[in-house]
Order: sequence, then structure tokens, then C-alpha cells
Amino acid sequence: MNWKTFRAMLARDAHVARRNFIPMVLQTMLQPMLFTFVFGQVMTRSGMMASSYKMILLPGIMAVSMVMTGIMGVAMPLIGEFQFTREIEDRLLAPIKIEWLAVEKVVAGMVQSLASGAVVVPAAWLVLGNVELSFANAWMFAVIVMLVALLSAAGGLTLGCSVGQTQVGLLFSLVLAPMIMFGCAYYPWSSLASYPILQKLVLVNPLVYASEGLRGTLVPDVPHISVAVVIAALAAMDVALVLLGLKQFRGKAMS
Amino acid sequence: MGVGVRAQELRKVYSSPPPMAAGSAGFSFTAVRGPKGKQKTEIVALDGLSLDVRAGEVFGLLGPNGAGKTTTVGILTTRVKPTNGSAWIGEYDVWREQVAAKRLIGVVQQRPNLDFSLTAREILEFHAAYFGIGRVERTRVAAELLERFQLTERADQMVRGFSGGMMQRLSIARAMMHDPKVLFLDEPSAGLDPQTRLLLWDIIREYNRAGKTILLTTHNMEEADALCHRIAIVDHGKLIALGSPADLKASIPGGYLLRLRFTGPADGLAGRLRELAGVSEVNVSGPSVDLYADRGGPLAPAIVTAASAAGAELCDVHISEPSLENLFLHHTGRSLRD
Repeated sequence: MNWKTFRAMLARDAHVARRNFIPMVLQTMLQPMLFTFVFGQVMTRSGMMASSYKMILLPGIMAVSMVMTGIMGVAMPLIGEFQFTREIEDRLLAPIKIEWLAVEKVVAGMVQSLASGAVVVPAAWLVLGNVELSFANAWMFAVIVMLVALLSAAGGLTLGCSVGQTQVGLLFSLVLAPMIMFGCAYYPWSSLASYPILQKLVLVNPLVYASEGLRGTLVPDVPHISVAVVIAALAAMDVALVLLGLKQFRGKAMS
Repeated sequence: MGVGVRAQELRKVYSSPPPMAAGSAGFSFTAVRGPKGKQKTEIVALDGLSLDVRAGEVFGLLGPNGAGKTTTVGILTTRVKPTNGSAWIGEYDVWREQVAAKRLIGVVQQRPNLDFSLTAREILEFHAAYFGIGRVERTRVAAELLERFQLTERADQMVRGFSGGMMQRLSIARAMMHDPKVLFLDEPSAGLDPQTRLLLWDIIREYNRAGKTILLTTHNMEEADALCHRIAIVDHGKLIALGSPADLKASIPGGYLLRLRFTGPADGLAGRLRELAGVSEVNVSGPSVDLYADRGGPLAPAIVTAASAAGAELCDVHISEPSLENLFLHHTGRSLRD
């Protein structure tokens, strides 16, 4: 392992991220804030939804923005760099095993995902007002947050190396949109009880565990899947996505 | 100490289309049925190619589009996995010791692949950083190379707006940033204006004088002739001829090629032409005759005489001096530009 090369690749990604700071912040913040405002403010204030809905919403918003930021932060640049511009080639020729470049992308994606969580939660809390968050399970919370960050970045690696530039539209409509809608971000998993088949099916969706895990640690009074199950499921999915992502990356990098 | 490059019996069969830069013309396609009965296309890009590039030489791979040049460079630079065969950079097996091999090489791809999120200077400096070169050193070398490649004025601009020629120059500068022992240049002067091409040739020669090995691919005979110590001519993934430009040219029978056209009956003309002094080969196709000989113009009067003796009239002559183009034509029956 060649740390100098690895660090230089991370430095390159950090440099590019700094250069694109404002568009990136908008991309990360705008959608969750709009959701928070409409569902957390407009709907609850007008009485169409109970005020307690805010407690369900906030961890979900955090899960969605962390997962989406990680996926987009890794997948979109990879799709571009591998296809049209082939600009990744210079880094593939750097004196380091090519798998480390994939690992570097995952680390960079995790940082972005964590940053988006760190920004969205306080912002959403301010917009919603009046939501009591529990930090009694700080350690559990930290573990889940790290697993969710890894999940999103590894998911981004897998998708970014499996999808061609022409299929980006399909990626949104066929993968990401159903993932968000059936990710238990805007409702707890237990509320799917009246759709027993759907309730089982959504368990393949990693976002479910992210939402439920954050709910279980931040607002433990809301019904949620047990934290131990969440951690086990996230860890298993993390390992699977990292391995699959590396395999796909190798396939893309060499012909 | 220079570093050589070796390839043994390289064979590459793509089951999906080859890398974009490899083009598609000239590959042989074979339809194969997969295990599930699905039809898939196999493309043989390299068919048992062996090379031995000596340390410190400028070596050219010459061939038409689709001959397998880019695939060869891809294998030698760790980017393409050979179906069979092995390759070495110096003592390192390219496939098994990739990291050690990558330290020794600099690569300029046929298609610009610059990092579009960075400025020209940043591209050079980050490249050096990937190779573990310290900040002070990489800043200095980047400034030097930008100057050498006449890019200083645009150094701090994003490369997105660069012209093709500027991108190509920057790609070459980038490949030289970590001072590699072996430099691979895939079609380095494609799309360059003549002035920039001469600048590039100077830079390549100078780099070679510093003891570096250079392997370049081209379909431009003039370039191969001007730069290379030795040339391998490849077509359909196979080696056709190998040697110094002078030796290769001398290997064409006669050296000069006279392409003649006649009108009128030409019975016995070929026989008469073969008997002329200095003529080594005569190929007739209809009214056209390709004649290889050891001289060009001085043979014309004798050809006119032989033609009128056979009742034909010479109406067109094209004389070409010994050249790699003729060599390629001689070996394959096709022009390099076809």
C-alpha cells in the first residue's frame, strides 16, 4: 500500500470538492430542506398531519440525504470519468494497486455523506423546531452513522461502475426513486403493517435500515426496527456492496 | 540505466468491443455461440505478437487503424489483460507486478484523458503527487514542462477550453512529469499542426538522448522514419516486418516503386519489363503495372521502348522512392492509408 499516492488522490478529490463547494452544498441541502419545510412545517401547521410527525421525519431526512449524497458523490463522477472523458486513466496509471483508487473514492464518498448528515440535521431541526432528539445512545448513533456513510459510498461505487452514461436517467427513475419512496424515510417501517408483502419486500432496501437505525437512536420513542438488527443488516450490506463495487470497478478499469 | 520492454506471444481476443481508442477497422470478427446459445462477437485484436524493445531506443509500431497497436500499448501499460502471452517492463512482469511496472512508465493515450476538474498546472502537479514527488520538486518540474510545451500562458486555466493540440501537449508533459524510464506514445502527433509536430519530435529526441526508452505507435510513415531507431510493422494483430527504417526500406525488392499505366494491347509487356536491367519484380493488374526496381527516373526511357515494342503506350508514371509506405504495400498489398 502506497500512502503517498492514496493521500494525493484524496487531496485531488478534496481540491475538486472545494472548487465546487457552492453547487455541492445546494445539491446536498436544497431537497431535504424543501421536504422538511413542506412536510414538517406546512403539513403539520395546517393540521393535515400530527405535530409528532416531525419526530418521524427528521431521522428519515437525515438518512435520505446521507445515502443520496454518498451515492451521488461517488457514482456520478465515476460514470463521467470512466466514460466520456476517461479522465480516471491518469490515476489508474499511478503506482498503486487500482483497487485502492476504488477505496479512495469510497472514503471520499463517506466524508461527503457524513458532512451532509452533519449539515442537514441541525438545519432541519431549526426548520422544524420543537423536536426532541435523544443522544442517550451516542455510541450506537455513531456506529450507525458510520455504517450508513459506508453503505452510501459503497453503493455509489457499485452503481457508478455498473451504469453507463446513457442510463443515468434510468438510475434515477428505476433505482433511486423507489429506494427513497420505499426507504421508510417518511414513515416508520411499522406503518407498513397493513401491507404485509410490501413490508417484507422493502427489507432488501438498505435505506430502510438507515432510516430505522437513525430513528431508533435519535427518537427511540417512535416504533422502530431493533437497533441490533439494523446494525447487523447494515454491516452485512456494507460488506456485500464493497465487494461487489470492487469487482465492478476492476471490470471497468481493465479490458 | 535504460529499461527495455518485452512482449511474448501476445494474444488478445475481445468478447465485447475493444477500447474506444483502438478503433474498429481491420479487426477480424468471428461470431461465436456462447454456452447459453447466445450469439456473441469475438474480436481478435492481437494474434501472437512478440516484441523486444531495447533499453534506450525509440521503437515504432507502424500499422493501419485496427492493426492492434493500441491494444499492444494497453497491455504493456497494465490497462488491458492479455488473453495469452506475457509482457515485461524491464524485469517486471506487467500483469503480476503492476505497481512496479507502473513506476517505470509514462503513457500518452491516443484520446486526451486529462482531468477536466483541474487546471493545466494542477494536472501536472497532482500527477507528480500520485508518484510521491515532493511539493517543491513538483512545482518546479511542472513550471519547466509548461514552458517547454509552450503552455505557460494558459497554465492556470481549466483544460476544458483547450484546443486538441494543447491537450495533446499537456498529456505528453504529464506523462513526463515523473521522469519515467519508458515513455509510451499512442499516435502522439495525430491532430497536431506541422509546427507543433516538429516541436514534439524535438522533445521526443531530446528525451531519448537522456537514455529513455520510447515506444510510439503511428500510421504516419514520415514520423516513424524520422524518429524511430527500429520499427515493427503490424497488421491484423501480427508482426509483418521488423528492423531499422533503412533496413526495412532496403528489404523492398529493388527499393523504388514505379506505378505505371499503359494503353493499348500489352501482350508480353510484363516479360519485357522483367528483362530490363535493375528490375526485380513486376506485378500486373489490368492496364496497371507495379514495378520494383533499383532506380526510378533513369528507367523511364527503357520502359517506353519496351512498351512500344509490345505495341502499348505508356500514359502515366508514378515513381516513389524507397519508403515504409511501399514496404507496407509490398507486404500486405494494401496502402497504409486504406
